[in-house]
Amino acid sequence: MPDELRTIQVTVNGTKYDRQVRCRKLLSDFIREDLRLVGTHVGCEHGICGACTVLFNGQTIRSCLMFAVQADGAEITTVEGLARGGQLHPLQEAFWENHGVQCGYCTPGFLLTALELLQRNPNPTEEEVRIGIAGNICRCTGYQHIIESVLAAAAKMGAKTV
Amino acid sequence: MSKTWIGKNVKRHEDPRLLTGRGTFVDDITLPNLYHAAILRSPHAHANILAIDASEALKYPGVVEVVTGEDVVQKTRPFSVVVKTPFKYYCAAVKKVRYVGEPVAVVVATDRYVAEDAAALVRVDYEPLPPVVDPEAALEPGAPILHEEVGNNISCHRLLDYGEVDRAFAEADLVLKERFVFPRYSSVPLETYAVIADYDSSSGVLTVWSNFMGPFTLHPVTAMALNIPENKLRFIIAKDIGGSFGIKSSIYPYIALIGLAAMKASRPVKWIEDRQEHLMASSSQTDRVSYREVAMRKDGTLLAIKTKIIDGVGAYLRAPEPATTFRPIGNYVGPYKVKNLRVDAYDMMTNKCPTGPNRGYGCHQIYFEQERMMDMAAEKLGLDPAEIRLRNFIPADAFPYVTPSGGIYDSGDYPKALKLALEMSQYEKLREEQKKARKEGRLFGIGIAVGVDPSVSNMGYITVAMPAEVRSQPEYLPKSGAVEAATVRMDPLGGVTVLMNSTPQGQGHETVVAQIIADELGVSPDDVVVVDDFDTSESPWSVSSGTYSSRFASVGTSAVVIAARKIKEKMFQIAAHTLKVSPQDLELGQGKIFVRQDPKRNISLKRVAGTAHWDLLRLPEGMEPGLEARGVFHFPMADAPDSKDRVNSSNTYGFMAEVAAVEVDRDSGQVKILKYISVHDAGTIINPKIVEGQIYGGALHGVAGALFEELVYDQEGQFLTGSFMDYLVPTAAEAPKLEIGHVCSPSPFTPLGSKGAGESSSETAPVLIANAVADALAPLGVKVTELPLTPKRVWALIHDSSSTEVGR
Ligand code: FES
Ligand code: FES
Repeated sequence: MPDELRTIQVTVNGTKYDRQVRCRKLLSDFIREDLRLVGTHVGCEHGICGACTVLFNGQTIRSCLMFAVQADGAEITTVEGLARGGQLHPLQEAFWENHGVQCGYCTPGFLLTALELLQRNPNPTEEEVRIGIAGNICRCTGYQHIIESVLAAAAKMGAKTV
Repeated sequence: MSKTWIGKNVKRHEDPRLLTGRGTFVDDITLPNLYHAAILRSPHAHANILAIDASEALKYPGVVEVVTGEDVVQKTRPFSVVVKTPFKYYCAAVKKVRYVGEPVAVVVATDRYVAEDAAALVRVDYEPLPPVVDPEAALEPGAPILHEEVGNNISCHRLLDYGEVDRAFAEADLVLKERFVFPRYSSVPLETYAVIADYDSSSGVLTVWSNFMGPFTLHPVTAMALNIPENKLRFIIAKDIGGSFGIKSSIYPYIALIGLAAMKASRPVKWIEDRQEHLMASSSQTDRVSYREVAMRKDGTLLAIKTKIIDGVGAYLRAPEPATTFRPIGNYVGPYKVKNLRVDAYDMMTNKCPTGPNRGYGCHQIYFEQERMMDMAAEKLGLDPAEIRLRNFIPADAFPYVTPSGGIYDSGDYPKALKLALEMSQYEKLREEQKKARKEGRLFGIGIAVGVDPSVSNMGYITVAMPAEVRSQPEYLPKSGAVEAATVRMDPLGGVTVLMNSTPQGQGHETVVAQIIADELGVSPDDVVVVDDFDTSESPWSVSSGTYSSRFASVGTSAVVIAARKIKEKMFQIAAHTLKVSPQDLELGQGKIFVRQDPKRNISLKRVAGTAHWDLLRLPEGMEPGLEARGVFHFPMADAPDSKDRVNSSNTYGFMAEVAAVEVDRDSGQVKILKYISVHDAGTIINPKIVEGQIYGGALHGVAGALFEELVYDQEGQFLTGSFMDYLVPTAAEAPKLEIGHVCSPSPFTPLGSKGAGESSSETAPVLIANAVADALAPLGVKVTELPLTPKRVWALIHDSSSTEVGR
């Protein structure tokens, strides 16, 4: 049963994929190994670090805590889907401008978490950002530059939508 | 050279790829016909292995090979280490396991899922033995012995004596003695260890992709362990490493183990460590018990330090250990002018995971003792903690300053830095606030901590782990130096490429190098391509290569400057030849080389580059064609220890002065950081944002050690903190907001004056918070001598304090 193959259909970053997967394959492994979208990282495989965060039907999930077969029919956005036509997403720009990245391993997870946070709350306070990203671990930055990046992105994105 | 780009917040060149998911970490690399490994690990802290039966595992569909201790003992050798203690450390357990998580077998299969299934089918019969987990207990007579051939658990013992310690103690007005316990916590990068090994039997070359970070002293160590000639062990380091903070130095036993598996399986093999394996069996800092005595004069002058330290190095002493003990030897006295120092150091083998570098390597432990003691002395003498430090600082005019243990501090102005930190914290006001808080019955504390931040390890310091009599034997080969190389190339159209081999792990080297080149060669950083792809068969590497001991900002940048200046000199010669002037008359600017007195006479860099590549007959006579230069920088004062055990263990020495305010919740024991001021002297700063980022990260790492993180074992040696639910890495919700200040004392020993900053606050933050908590609890009359200050521990301190409250 865990090794049984199933066919699933998923849309990732706008591209439709039909793939056969083993039932026990984690969604994170499917994204990385089967789709070769290696921007989604794995830091703990037990749901704490948030490095594997992707948007699943518009909501953040930890792809290490789901099986690929559970994604049948879902729409997924990974970090590779953020920039459009060579143009960085304002969040990515803000991280670049505010030194929100050091080793970059946590970054994809933070970007997608922050994206959801800003969709919910386009104008967060610093404290709200801290709480909003507290489900993700970064070992490099001490979080300060990430927080500044998210606040800067909020300003940018707010400015863009008006 | 005009400083147009140095000192600017140039946006990092690394970021676009990392922000779009296009980085290249080891696990992103795949090879044709790649197999995957899972490691079966010991469930016992100490046990004899009676038998291993892999037959069921080998029958499992998809499994191609199982490696056990038998292969290990036949095909590999124990890893070498600086001391001659006769224990054997192999890449996996041979006949006996000595810590929970020790590799016992490796299963190679078509994928990781299958490999894990099959690992569960390997049968191992163990005969459990009594373990010893506490380093102090390991020293006691009758303690269980890990390595029979050693006869006790001491892997290394040195008594280092500098100055006249006994006399100073005899003359002291005040002698304080205290026992300190510093826990095991670790680097915990978000990316775990990762190895891919591929053996080519036709050439005999074993190629290994990994996230090893250096020092490359460990490359020959690995080659010898694998019985492979060094030039046939090829290390390729992934372009991107997901953080390290020291721990990825200690990956090499796994490189050997997976290398062995790839050789036995005749297939490329990938092994990605999982988080539990990482917490349990990668590496960590030592757990330390220390007894420190200080001799003081009434006026607060520190006369002498005596310390007995007992480091728990785990089941095997693994190189570069015992460097936790000895890495800070030159800066043992920190920023203080004390002349007398005695260090009685034991490195004890216990039934825990072997140890290794962790950010701050050896410094946070000694500053914990030192800075706690300064506060205790201040309290006894009725001095303010700031005042007692100011009275003992090495004065600003004393640099370069030689410490009693042989450190050569390059530059600094410690009083200025501490005064700035006090000013930024509004220290007087904080003390007022504290008075008020105490009246209200609140536990409000202020902490100060200072520390000297050593950068660029001397390749010879570790030999101080051997007695001077041994080092003086003719057959003993001394070690010294600290070097880095860089290659700068200008192509025929004037584009600059820099080849580095620095194995960065998030420190932004590509950007910093581009900034330096931009200033040296008068180009824009955006036009500079920096390639930092480390490959032992292609890169100009040395044993000291790698990014560790905060070395890049000092030694790596210096190599880049030297290479750039060589190229520049050559370009000036070509330009002088073309313009028919002397090179001394020329200047560089705006993409041109021009005659200083007559700027209209000029030649573009592009044209000079074109000449060097494509018009060779127009070059000055005898000049080598092309435009490429290798810069090599090494520190001349990184000598081997002398006969009195004095050694300049590092090469540049930064400084940090920090002030924090905390409030302790009486009911829960929870510590809240209200203020954190961090002042640094890292010499010339090349990219302020990058330095800030290092400080933020380092400080939080230290705060984590002070408040949250510990690798916990029970008395049976069972490991209790194998997930992020048990090992508490702080998140943004717990991270304090730092205010950073700088003073700048450029290093006279580096061309740019820069020093390292990557470890800095990780060395002072643990004691900073401890001092603040101790100050908060001072009215209760309790002592803070142990970390982490978890709510549980703090609560116990508050509630066990029998003394009645006293006002301050
Ligand atoms: S890898 Fe999924 S939460 Fe850590
Ligand atoms: S940037 Fe390295 S873990 Fe966040």
